[in-house]
Amino acid sequence: MVKMTYVEASRAAVREMMQADETVWCVGEDLGRGSVFGQYLGLQDEFGTDRVADTPISEAAIMGAAFGAAMVGTRPIVEMRFSDFALCATDELVNQIAKARFMFGGQSRAPMVIRKPIGLWRSSAAQHSQSLESWYVHIPGLVVLCPATPQDNYSMMKAAIKCDDPVVYLEHKNIWGMEGEVDTSLDVTLGEAAIRRAGTDVTIVSWSDAANLCVKAADTLAAQGVNAEVIDLRSLWPWDKKAVIASVRKTGRLVVAHESVAVGGFGAEVVATVVEQAGDALRGPVRRLGAPRSLVAYAPNLEDKMRVTEAMIVTAARETLGK
Amino acid sequence: MTPSDHNTKRARELLAMMERIRAFEEQACLAAERDKLVLGAIHPSIGQEGVAAGVMCNFNTDDILLSTHRGHGHTLAKGADGLAMMRELLGREGGCCGGKGGSMHIADFGVGMLGANGVVGANITIAAGAAHGLKLMGSDRIVVDIFGDGAINRGPFLEGVNWASVFDLPILFICEDNQYSATTKTSSVTGGAGAAARAEALGLRATTVDGNDVEAVANVTAQITARIRAGGGPEMLHAITYRRTGHTSFDLAKYRPEGEAARIEAENDPIARQRAVLANMGVSTAALDDINAAAQAEMVQVLADAAATPFPNDTMAFEDVQDIGSPVVEAY
Repeated sequence: MVKMTYVEASRAAVREMMQADETVWCVGEDLGRGSVFGQYLGLQDEFGTDRVADTPISEAAIMGAAFGAAMVGTRPIVEMRFSDFALCATDELVNQIAKARFMFGGQSRAPMVIRKPIGLWRSSAAQHSQSLESWYVHIPGLVVLCPATPQDNYSMMKAAIKCDDPVVYLEHKNIWGMEGEVDTSLDVTLGEAAIRRAGTDVTIVSWSDAANLCVKAADTLAAQGVNAEVIDLRSLWPWDKKAVIASVRKTGRLVVAHESVAVGGFGAEVVATVVEQAGDALRGPVRRLGAPRSLVAYAPNLEDKMRVTEAMIVTAARETLGK
Repeated sequence: MTPSDHNTKRARELLAMMERIRAFEEQACLAAERDKLVLGAIHPSIGQEGVAAGVMCNFNTDDILLSTHRGHGHTLAKGADGLAMMRELLGREGGCCGGKGGSMHIADFGVGMLGANGVVGANITIAAGAAHGLKLMGSDRIVVDIFGDGAINRGPFLEGVNWASVFDLPILFICEDNQYSATTKTSSVTGGAGAAARAEALGLRATTVDGNDVEAVANVTAQITARIRAGGGPEMLHAITYRRTGHTSFDLAKYRPEGEAARIEAENDPIARQRAVLANMGVSTAALDDINAAAQAEMVQVLADAAATPFPNDTMAFEDVQDIGSPVVEAY
């Protein structure tokens, strides 16, 4: 076990994979200076400017060129800086990368990791705060990952780089400094959820940094005599229906909590699936928590209006139990 | 073989390729309009064959091509099989893409053809990236990227050409200028001096050629590809041609000045011009007609064979989407 921060964990994973496979390379803006959050610090010194390539501010070209390079046999790691900026490369991701293998009848692969840091990050306002994970889940062809801990940002990054599918890799900007013990020998299977806390009274499903909030809420609930099970999906496509349904069959109660907008969010997919496949097991009302369908403001009090809080998760869990 | 024999041989090959492209597209249009066998839109390149044939004779099978929605000619000239292509247009088993792509997404990776594209200009960044990948791997293969005159007004043109320039990539960009952006005259919506000037502004050497003179296209492309293969970096070729059909095979193109297409067909058909070149070299009319007849016979048979091929198995609707989270395992 090694103590690492969330950002150090992904950097260690990238470094290890670059050492192991010379077709792995990184491409994006400012990588030689580490990029916005230090994800690439030191990598250009170690691997050179060809394999850690500094690019123009050209999101469409970063995404499109990485795709072209993937089709001829390299494995690019694409840095988009902020998920918001990745919208400048939407055609490249949605119409080209996600569809090529299918449209070309299986002739091509796009083994790419597309890093798009998401989430609220104090006073970053509407163009640097979004979490659009549900959009990507809607697009056949993509794998969608949301690591929430240093361990997962290490193990899932390695799995993503090894994956032959295009992976949309959504790190949360608010937890780059989060520390944790990392077992570098631990492999994850993409699509398997993590039971962050076992419990018997209520199932709380979440992902990304909201899952960390759910773990805190579960601690509070425990002090109140409520034993919550927290499932961190980690992967939104594919997602671990089996783990969620098994848990709901055990607890009979369900809360889904995510930071992104509730309307049309992936929480709705989780709830609908549980109702369809395990509706008979539900013994209380279902609660779904997400941001209101409004925009993230700069002023801290306004920004806070968009947050799902620990207290809201606690209240929702108690409501499912009629408390 | 004397130099003049060599020239005659290449001139015949260029004519034969143009005749094959023309015959393929004529059969494809018949399949669409007469037979109702091509269900989706096709975008013919009739009248533009000089660009496909003249360019592609300078590329090897393992060099990389990316093309457009109007890419049948480029794909055939890169070496793709006519029957596999026609099956693709008809959505049949054994099509280049298993019937899943159709005309606009035709691709044959076996001959380095990494895809036509349904989105104008989208192939430019992808092609730059293919060249980037080849350079990273130390390959001596090069890339040719063909797009239309409409594409130079899209952002990926700026981003992709600039990318090739700053990374000094082995790629030839070709603006195949057929003068129309769908149903709009391109010059009416384009600022400045056009494709070559824009490429030069981004640091590329740019050349303009008469795209209906297949000999000129072949000659200038030979010079350019020699420089690119020698490490000279990316270049732009602006090939001026004319789109004789509408935007799609269904489009009657009534927005064009009356008589424009007929005049071009009469005065500036790349096939007729190359026949004249060969006649000047002493090739008989009968020999030239044989080249035409062979292409016609090939493509009539290609359409008949494609039409006799079954549609793909229903299960293919779920194949080749992704490995992790595949719809074969779970589609809901």
